[in-house]
Amino acid sequence: MSVQTPSSPASNAGQPLAFVSAQALRERMHEAVNDTHLRQSFRGAMDFLMAKRAVQFPDPEELDSLRVLSEHIRQYSLSKLPDLLEQLETSLVRNGVQVHWAETPDEANAIMLEIARRHAAKLIVKGKSMVSEEIEFNHAMEAAGIGALESDMGEYIVQLAGEKPSHIIMPAIHQTKQQIAKLFAEHIPGVEYTDNVDALIQIGRRVLREKFEEADIGLSGVNFAVAETGTLCLVENEGNGRMCTTVPKVHIAITGIEKVVEKLEHVAPLFSILTRSATGQAVSTYFNMITGPRRSTDQDGPEEVHLVLLDNGRSQAYADEQLRKTLQCIRCGACMNHCPVYTRIGGHAYGTTYPGPIGKIISPHMMGLEQTHLLPTASSLCGACGEVCPVKIPIPELLIRLRGEAQSAPRADPAMVGQGAAYDPKISLLWKMWAGLYSRPSTYRAFSWLATRFRALTPARQRGWTAARTPLKPAPRRLRDMLKDRT
Amino acid sequence: MSARDKILGRLRAHMPAEAMMPPVLEAHYAPRARGESKAERLRRFRTGIEGFQAQVHLTTEDDWPTLLSALCAQKQVHTLMFGGLTPAGRRLMTTRFETTVLRSWEGQVETLKADLFHRVDAALTHARGAIAETGSLILWSSPEEPRTLSLVPPLHFVLLDAATIHPTFFDALRYENWAAGLPTNALLVSGPSKTADIQQTLAYGAHGPKELIVLVINAEGEAS
Ligand code: SF4
Repeated sequence: MSVQTPSSPASNAGQPLAFVSAQALRERMHEAVNDTHLRQSFRGAMDFLMAKRAVQFPDPEELDSLRVLSEHIRQYSLSKLPDLLEQLETSLVRNGVQVHWAETPDEANAIMLEIARRHAAKLIVKGKSMVSEEIEFNHAMEAAGIGALESDMGEYIVQLAGEKPSHIIMPAIHQTKQQIAKLFAEHIPGVEYTDNVDALIQIGRRVLREKFEEADIGLSGVNFAVAETGTLCLVENEGNGRMCTTVPKVHIAITGIEKVVEKLEHVAPLFSILTRSATGQAVSTYFNMITGPRRSTDQDGPEEVHLVLLDNGRSQAYADEQLRKTLQCIRCGACMNHCPVYTRIGGHAYGTTYPGPIGKIISPHMMGLEQTHLLPTASSLCGACGEVCPVKIPIPELLIRLRGEAQSAPRADPAMVGQGAAYDPKISLLWKMWAGLYSRPSTYRAFSWLATRFRALTPARQRGWTAARTPLKPAPRRLRDMLKDRT
Repeated sequence: MSARDKILGRLRAHMPAEAMMPPVLEAHYAPRARGESKAERLRRFRTGIEGFQAQVHLTTEDDWPTLLSALCAQKQVHTLMFGGLTPAGRRLMTTRFETTVLRSWEGQVETLKADLFHRVDAALTHARGAIAETGSLILWSSPEEPRTLSLVPPLHFVLLDAATIHPTFFDALRYENWAAGLPTNALLVSGPSKTADIQQTLAYGAHGPKELIVLVINAEGEAS
């Protein structure tokens, strides 16, 4: 299969972020499907999350009204995105926040490394941030000799195990409490094996509290950035987000450029639909609205606050009216909770930072289609993701669009990096012939007549199809012939 | 060209010629839960936050310091910290606590950090308001009540005036016009800190307070 790379229209071409090669997707999926233990974990967890979400939306009318409003807010914000980003910057600077822009993961890491060096930082404690996973922040810091410690319980577990999160909201969903108990007993000095969940959480609390106290820098993500006030909003349950953004002397927030909204009031409906869609909670324990560093009269809080705005392929999605909808996402994870494919293979099989339906539509912009063209095909197009998405992203439509981008002949002015990556002239020719045969009655009639006569010649092995199914074979008689007999 | 200019340039090149109509939030909120009585708002707030494992006590402007002192004794609080310059703080200064040492916040956090993490076992702050729909407290950081006070000590007491409960978050920020001037840190709190990161099993006392106790005053009568 020839792979041609069109010249890069955007910024991200040079830096594919393949944690695991996307080409190996099929093998990993096969392995995951055959791991009954893993399948049980995910099935149980997804059933639990789906049931909890359903309880939060007892009134279909209210849900519908809130979804329409949330979609509107996200689309409205995107329709003015460059203006809002500039307004956000102005407001943040006025509040004393330092704003940085990064086109690529490397640039973002370099910016943060520079800040860390300036403060001679030894330890960075991290609140949950998928963007920091996207740019492999921990590796970049460790390579420079700076510790980066996850403090969200799930992320902490995943980091101890040397793994990646398998879900964007519940990172350690693939681990059982027995596995976590073993992990703690092995890695934390003085800890005995216990699989009592409360005891495990108290161990994590004790270890991490020491780190909050001593860390030089706290890192966090951002759920919504408010342009008019220059406010960074954070949704969390554990209080580690508050610790990271309050206790260390420096707070660095990192976010994708799409997270901005214009008005403070716009966060109210988005926050409500986010927590209800994500974990089925009416509200999270904390909703943290940060408007600047410690002021002259304040007695605590960080002395410096930085915001890093990351592109990494988002502006490529923005350039196309249909693909732009990808950026409406508020990262609730509901699409993966309801995805029959995700439930069966889990988050790691995808090999990308963002797994599940959202991962399939956003990763191609971050990594290019050469590495990710199989992702949009790993879907039955059942439509569950689009149905639950709180901001009404038409995920199935976008999957079909991305398949088209990957399979079509390379074009001179492609909408995405890697367009045509899965183009196969032979297969394209076959489909063209098929279309030709089926679009004219005369050729269709001749073809179906021949097919019924020579049905014995159809091969018994038909690639992937016959791996789990009986071979396809034309019927002995055509429908039109059978109909003729009836009269 | 800087990264900033390149990113903005790419976005501008593809920005829709006309922005969409701004969303109208009232259309969603207006038909829902309006004209609720103060008692009903308090009831909804209470159900919500108790569902998140917080304790709620109804008391009065006169009695809350005595109740607090009793709760501190019951919970074996050795040291209670609070903002000494708030009206509530001044009340506490004149209240007798049998077994608990009262300590008002003095100076910058740097001088208090070790004590906050290791020696203070409870804190009191006041709430600016609350939200009936979700059972959330609204806390605004201030020089008198810094943000670590409601975060680091394992037990958090909150003083709430029932007249300040709004139906929804939207109502609170719209009708108090928050956008005109936010503190360094505005916060919604709904219960003690928690996590379900281990096998979806809910555990309280993750990184923030392990217990949250709300003292509600002014519960009687209608809101003015
Ligand atoms: S695509 Fe929709 S459902 Fe999926 S994470 Fe984003 S907002 Fe949630």
